Amino acid sequence: MICRILGPRAGRRCLAAVGVVLAVAVAGCGSDDSSTSASTSPDSGDTIAVGVLHSLSSFMAISEVSVKDAELLAIDEINAAGGVLGKQLKPVVEDGQSDWPTFAEKAQKLISEDKVAVTFGGWTSASRKAMLPVFERNKALLYYPVQYEGLEASPYIFYTGATTNQQIIPGLEFLKEELKVKTLFLVGSDYVFPRTANKEIKAWAKANDMKIVGEEYSPLGNTEYATTINKVKKANPDAVFQTINGDSNVAFWKQFSNAGLDAKKLPVISVSTAEDEVRGVGIKNIVGQYVAWNYYQTTPGERNAKFVKAYKAKYGSDRVTDDPIEAGYVAVHLWAKAVEKAGTTDVEKVKQASKGLTYDAPEGKVTVDGSNQHIYKTARIGKLRPDGLIDTVSESDEPIKPDPFLKTYDWAEGL
Amino acid sequence: MSTMAKLLPTGTPRPSAFLVRFVIMAATLLLVAPWLLSDFRLSLLAKFLCFAIIAVGIGLAYGQGGMLVLGQGLFFGIGGYAMGMHLKIVDAGEGQLPDILTYSGKYDSLPALWKPFSSAWFAIPMAILLPMAIAALLGAAIFRQRIRGPYFAILSQALAAAFVVVLVGNNALTGGTNGLTNFQSFFGLSVTSPSDQRTLYFIVVVVLLIVFLLTRELVLGRYGRVLIATRDDEDRVRFLGYDPARVKLFAYVMAAGMAGLAGALFVPVVGIISPALLGIVPSIEMVIWVALGGRTVLAWAAAGAVIVNWAKTSVSEQFPSGWLYLQGLLFVVVILYLPKGIAGAVEHIRAYIGRLPPTGGLRILMSSGDRPPKQAAKPNPTEEAA
Repeated sequence: MICRILGPRAGRRCLAAVGVVLAVAVAGCGSDDSSTSASTSPDSGDTIAVGVLHSLSSFMAISEVSVKDAELLAIDEINAAGGVLGKQLKPVVEDGQSDWPTFAEKAQKLISEDKVAVTFGGWTSASRKAMLPVFERNKALLYYPVQYEGLEASPYIFYTGATTNQQIIPGLEFLKEELKVKTLFLVGSDYVFPRTANKEIKAWAKANDMKIVGEEYSPLGNTEYATTINKVKKANPDAVFQTINGDSNVAFWKQFSNAGLDAKKLPVISVSTAEDEVRGVGIKNIVGQYVAWNYYQTTPGERNAKFVKAYKAKYGSDRVTDDPIEAGYVAVHLWAKAVEKAGTTDVEKVKQASKGLTYDAPEGKVTVDGSNQHIYKTARIGKLRPDGLIDTVSESDEPIKPDPFLKTYDWAEGL
Repeated sequence: MSTMAKLLPTGTPRPSAFLVRFVIMAATLLLVAPWLLSDFRLSLLAKFLCFAIIAVGIGLAYGQGGMLVLGQGLFFGIGGYAMGMHLKIVDAGEGQLPDILTYSGKYDSLPALWKPFSSAWFAIPMAILLPMAIAALLGAAIFRQRIRGPYFAILSQALAAAFVVVLVGNNALTGGTNGLTNFQSFFGLSVTSPSDQRTLYFIVVVVLLIVFLLTRELVLGRYGRVLIATRDDEDRVRFLGYDPARVKLFAYVMAAGMAGLAGALFVPVVGIISPALLGIVPSIEMVIWVALGGRTVLAWAAAGAVIVNWAKTSVSEQFPSGWLYLQGLLFVVVILYLPKGIAGAVEHIRAYIGRLPPTGGLRILMSSGDRPPKQAAKPNPTEEAA
């Protein structure tokens, strides 16, 4: 009867559609079976599955692929040394595709299909914000290896990159004390990290007699900076604070240099250009400029020499290490150490075991702050040298206690 | 019912064929899939079915109406943001500000733009009506000016692009590139609980089936005939006394409403809406799903959305970062060899089997049912070129 109302035609087409939906459903469940039968709980069997979730395609790949490599290196090292709890780690690599909803989807897939004990991943704050609810609702662990804008402390995320007071504030202090900067121009990608970082920078500048003479944002993946650079030139600041992410860095620095600007005429301090990005930027466009991080390939010490050597041995002598690469590497080791200490991969116990945990990292000794799951880090201001590596020109006396909500700074009230 | 029956050409086979197929499809989605699939796969399927709702709309506007709607992301986004903001406001609780509005520090109270969205009675209708209203305004202007073909496509795409710029630029108000995420509840359902996710899945399936049935009826009815005629020769339709602008406008507005509806469902199902989902590239992908499935056949258009997205997910799980290459290859193959999409390929195969002598079950399977109307299956060659 309904069919009569609906009309008689197009029947075959629907049959075909049914077939497709069936096929899809069956295929979907087929792939399902294989993955669920392979792994039941992270601890069972001889291996422990761990997730590695970075953008391997699109505009963030320039930065994230190397972090993925570092995490795989750490996993290899741990496996070579006998694994964790006597079991080998089995990495499950997923591609976040530089797309935040994809990060959320893949995170869920790693947790519920691959039953990973932990996930290492993310770069942009947008990807972390997209993954956060997934990890919180599944009560699963994420290690996030990149510096970020602070103002967050999820109970299910460990932050192994710097928060604001370990990177941006030391960077600003360097500009003020060493370069005597009075006017500053802010250039960033248009998303949560630069926007929030600049909000904090403005509050800091107000309290420190520095004038912000301009603020420009460009979409992620943007490659056209002529207008921005013209505005910077017009405003004629003492320095530029740069928070551009991903492959836009290449365009920014090339066009900056093509506009006749260099480190002498206009110093730029960047908190998201590291050795790895410099490879793509071309050193002549950026030599002499400043960056603020916690680790450089040139950071002295036995431990770092060993790390750099291992990374180059595995991925080629033309590869470099940098801060997020190191933070990704450290993340894996920190988690493994916590699991050994806890005697299990159980999330709550690993979190408990992580409190106050120390690790002899390439950047120096790091300590996990139990209250916010960030880590103590030494701030280092670097200067690009002609061979593409970075020299430390200023560093904090000791590892700085992470303060993601900037509670210890008067000027940050109300942020 | 009787008038309908009178319209049927004599000698039409029993009209139960469609019903049988429809029931199989509905049963597959409602019974088989939830039984076979894990929670995670089922919520993925729910997401794909949201996309299928968009695809039905595109099937109507593009497949039947010949309008290359390259900016459906705009309508999908409006629906998504309307629903998303409503959920965020409800999650925040009475008198509290949703977290995304606090990041900028600009707002102490709910901005005027979002105030009405605290009511579900406003937010949900708006998720559908706002896209329809925008499409109506836009379409009225475009179609009256007799703008069509690539010009229409570029215009619709520019709007999607502009929408993304507006969203990202007003990040204090919209969450910027991050979009809206971290939802807790959806009208009493917890979006984080697996059993409530299953409920959401059923809601999506039912909505899709209803949308599909209504659109199908529209296409098979008198309006559908006029729409196809307009697609194939707009001037001739005009000389026959119809107003092609109005005919096209209706399909365009309906498609926009469906995209908005899909967006509103997408948000609780997936748990995020961000500009990355509605820009130029996603908008083009939406048309690609339909082209790949078969734009002239509604069911295949919807199936195309599921097939492409399912392929995307499973390929990228097996070969991380490999999907883009396969996607490119797939589309080249479709454009070169399957201009009518999978639907066209199936038709070929069926025609081939039809020429074989009848052998057993397969023959019986193919022999029941009815041929689609000729003009629906065969697009106008001039339109093909555009």
